[in-house]
Amino acid sequence: MTARAERPPGIEPGLGPATRELLLALADDDFVLGFADSEWTGIAPHLEEDVAMSSMAQDELGHASAYYRLLADLVSDDPDRIAYDRPAEAFRHNRLVDHGRGDWARTMVRRWLYDTANAIRLEALAESTSRPLAELVVKVRREESYHLLHGEAWLDRLARHRGEPRRRLVEAIELVGPDAPSVLTALPSEAVLIDSGIQPVPGADLLARWSARIEPVLAGLGLSLPAASPAALDPDTARSGHGAAFNRLWTEFSSVRALDPEATW
Amino acid sequence: MTVEVSPAASPTAFDVLGSVRNILASIADPEIPAISIVDLGIVRDVELVDGMLQVELLPTYIGCPALEMIRATVSERLDPIRADPSSGVRQVLVTISYAEPWTAERISPAGRAALRASGFAPPEAGPRLLTLARPATCPYCGSRRTILENAFGPTRCRSIHYCTACRQPFEQFKDG
Repeated sequence: MTARAERPPGIEPGLGPATRELLLALADDDFVLGFADSEWTGIAPHLEEDVAMSSMAQDELGHASAYYRLLADLVSDDPDRIAYDRPAEAFRHNRLVDHGRGDWARTMVRRWLYDTANAIRLEALAESTSRPLAELVVKVRREESYHLLHGEAWLDRLARHRGEPRRRLVEAIELVGPDAPSVLTALPSEAVLIDSGIQPVPGADLLARWSARIEPVLAGLGLSLPAASPAALDPDTARSGHGAAFNRLWTEFSSVRALDPEATW
Repeated sequence: MTVEVSPAASPTAFDVLGSVRNILASIADPEIPAISIVDLGIVRDVELVDGMLQVELLPTYIGCPALEMIRATVSERLDPIRADPSSGVRQVLVTISYAEPWTAERISPAGRAALRASGFAPPEAGPRLLTLARPATCPYCGSRRTILENAFGPTRCRSIHYCTACRQPFEQFKDG
């Protein structure tokens, strides 16, 4: 017998609105990316890749579900209601995942940019003063390490293959790259999160760490990330004003539940 | 698995927890029925405090679809203990916890043997991402002349390998 394990305390209720904003951003990012990437199931370039992509999409939905659970505990709601019963404009995912999945090159570029930025964010959140969040993040990071290996292998493969693969890769970086920093842009209530230690590192510092992490990799392949779009760096627009691709996705993922919101499964 | 009783618990509480432990050890993992949830190391803690029996489970993977099924099975199988007035258990609560990450080290020696016997290579010890780069040991012939075919297998916790010695495809239970 060992010492009795302490139960995780709830997240501090006094920090409610700011903490809600952080959890919603984490959850919506993974939910939207996971749902969009799951569209490759059955149509990925080859069978092994189909399995890998589906696994990673499942991971993202699992992570989203765990963040929604923390959020639901905080606001006494149900995770499914938060995920599926919100209007499209209430989602707070970043501008990078707001792009549709596009072709395979775009999906791979988006995954790599998101996974690397998310890794920087999670590394910081593992030290969060919110114990339930910090504990969950430790587990999420272990799973994400497989995604990072996968993403980097594909980036490398597409970049080194002259002709169409590299051309499509460059096009994808030009299209989604300017929106990639929105993953790490400060949340509107960042000051409260930093003061309380729930988010230990400000967005601006996370962005600098991320650039230092990815720029040498891109440079090694003769690539570079285009300048950030102003909307991606503005806390008021980094996670709002969603486009047509997301509205289509939202219509799809909310459609079954909308048929009968009270049904039990 | 840690088993706890509150100081105020009666001596019979230890017998009850013994029964609970036996029941948990008889529940098979739904995706790999050869191994029990206890040998797999996902039961972190069992506690009986003031009539509340709490079982804490660690997910192998956060998005594991079997988790809800395991939770329901544990509740269902422990219900007879709750229904027995002499057990002192008035309520059973099965929780999913992230208090520590599940890792391959949590699989018991009996669990590793059970995995091998059913054609799964158990996860190997050592730094986790390096184990992906190192060849897995074939559960059929014991050769290390194997190649990783896909880090992502038929379920989240399994990777796919091929043994060039006995020409047999096999799966490895992946570290979480």
